[in-house]
Amino acid sequence: MKKIHVSTRVNGDEADFVCAPDETLLDALRDRLGLTGAKEGCGTGDCGACSVTLNGRLVCSCLVLAAEAEGAEIGTVEGIADGDKLHVLQQSFLDHAALQCGICTPGILVASKALLEKHPEPTDEEVRYWLAGNLCRCTGYDKIIRAVQDAAQKLRSA
Amino acid sequence: MRYAIPKTAAEAASLLMEEAARVLAGGTDLLVQMKSGVRSPEVIVDIKHLPGLRDISREGGGFRIGAAVSGAEMQEDAELVAAWPGVVEGVNLIGSTQIQGRATMAGNLCNGSPAADGVPAQIAAQAVARIAGPEGERDCPVAEIPTGPGKTSLGRGEFIASILLPARPDRSGDAYLRFIPRTEMDIAVAGAAVNLVLAEDGTVKEARVALGAVAPTAILVEEAGAALVGSKLEEPALAALVRACEAACKPIDDKRGTAEFRTHVAGVLAKRAARIAYDRAGGRA
Repeated sequence: MKKIHVSTRVNGDEADFVCAPDETLLDALRDRLGLTGAKEGCGTGDCGACSVTLNGRLVCSCLVLAAEAEGAEIGTVEGIADGDKLHVLQQSFLDHAALQCGICTPGILVASKALLEKHPEPTDEEVRYWLAGNLCRCTGYDKIIRAVQDAAQKLRSA
Repeated sequence: MRYAIPKTAAEAASLLMEEAARVLAGGTDLLVQMKSGVRSPEVIVDIKHLPGLRDISREGGGFRIGAAVSGAEMQEDAELVAAWPGVVEGVNLIGSTQIQGRATMAGNLCNGSPAADGVPAQIAAQAVARIAGPEGERDCPVAEIPTGPGKTSLGRGEFIASILLPARPDRSGDAYLRFIPRTEMDIAVAGAAVNLVLAEDGTVKEARVALGAVAPTAILVEEAGAALVGSKLEEPALAALVRACEAACKPIDDKRGTAEFRTHVAGVLAKRAARIAYDRAGGRA
């Protein structure tokens, strides 16, 4: 298999890697670029643990070929905090104990950030539908919804 | 395996003539099939960079939707949603927010699932696919694309470049409903799409009804549409619609629904979708 050279941008920085043609963006992020925030849960687009943004659009990186990232703008959980300063959403997840094992958390943070950028004042129902593709097997969803709503409120009044 | 980004439709068609070539648009079916070993393509032909494939353009009062336009992009086009709410709501039922960021209406059609949520409302809408291939372009009604589970009428080297949703007359409306055992993220047990055009007095002038997940492909039920024409969705017309839908069902029995249940639910959904379409067309059901 001929390897492919890919030039892309990740969290605003230029990034280059070489990948196999059937390699997923998730594998390239984790194994080529060392960005292990996005997790592989199911590998088939059901669980959302690998959520990233691709040209501003929320996607499962396990269902994107790494080669498709050529010339694209990718956002991962590593780009959410501002240096050592946590994003409001991250702090809110800590404050509300909206995680236990944490495997689903990076994906849920990326998905929630995409939600609040599009809908700054979502209803609980909108949050639940938006996050329906992010599965959490330990905390359950109530604390996550509360953390997202609290962050939304803080972002609106910021 | 190779990954190719053709720049012209002719180049794409020529790549697709190769052995074990597959089209990549949103990839939400293809990558899952590759992972599970159902498909092992030798060439992946990424059609997203072909001219017009990512555009929703206005054409003759209707909408031409490029084969690489995602469900999320369709939802964000307010004029498209206003004209064809049923088509858009069908497409938007496919998967999660993440899937909507990538999945396409044309891909949902070409995947050939009998339960595809994006397909019945296209059939009810009389959507027409523009197919590109080795011989150039041809147009084909969406209703004639799926031929069985996982199968389409597309020839070797052919792919869908865009889908045209025609212009809407005044007083028209469509709707799509499906039944799933959960509230989100599931495969339709039965689905129904209804597309109506009303006369000035609110009488149904034209009606097309299509069902999903109750036959090897999504099906147009002409008798069901005919049952509504001339009515204002009074009870006898709705009862005739339900009978026609039930008569057209040839569903499978499986763990997600018995044949009897699917047949019954298809009729119920058609009736409810008809009421929504009628309301959207400006009638009062």
